[in-house]
Amino acid sequence: MENISINVHEADFDVAGLQRGLLSGLSEEGAVATFTGYVRRANDDRQVSTLELEHYPGMTEQSIKTIIDEAADRWPLLAASVVHRVGRLSPGDQIVWVGVASTHREAAFSACEFIMDYLKTRAPFWKKELGPFGEIWVSARQDDESRAARWQDDSTP
Amino acid sequence: MLKVLFFARIREELACSGLELHWPDTRLDLYTLQEQLCAEHGQSWRDILTQDNMIRAVNQKVVTDNCELNDGDEIAFFPPVTGG
Repeated sequence: MENISINVHEADFDVAGLQRGLLSGLSEEGAVATFTGYVRRANDDRQVSTLELEHYPGMTEQSIKTIIDEAADRWPLLAASVVHRVGRLSPGDQIVWVGVASTHREAAFSACEFIMDYLKTRAPFWKKELGPFGEIWVSARQDDESRAARWQDDSTP
Repeated sequence: MLKVLFFARIREELACSGLELHWPDTRLDLYTLQEQLCAEHGQSWRDILTQDNMIRAVNQKVVTDNCELNDGDEIAFFPPVTGG
């Protein structure tokens, strides 16, 4: 699939503009599924005032490309786009956006969830939370691993 | 030349974001490189770089076993990822 867009940057993003961009140049689209992730105000009962996001430039983009390619091997996709912010974010800020276009909803829903599940466990981003408690690097969650692992057992969990 | 990078918690614990090393003109594998870093920088680096959940990447691809390195490679050490 050629219609792939991957952007990692500090600036906020406009989901309506991203969805228009996802669809531009397509002619067979019948469904778009999108996911927007936000910075939580509290995590494990910690009141978060700032979230710092670090990444591995180059590997980040390449790993997201690999994830999208895997999704395109599993489902008939027309276009896919991922935007992920880095730097200092505040609670309530948008942090990640995934958009997938296909001819039918099933492929769009599934591929969007697949991309998000794999992004959380494979793309080299790291979160640090800052707040009244000081600062703490967020630990990887086992249930994120479990969610990603579902796709290895069966392509349609 | 080898480029070694450290990210996130590992970068902070080592107080080092990366190193450039001369290629040794002999065969070199990942675990030997890691042992050299530990031997050179002391016990604190050994404790950190040998953590169970350490992720290692060579040329921006995660590796789960030892592997042969080549002149010009980029090696990275980082903790489990937490994006999204």
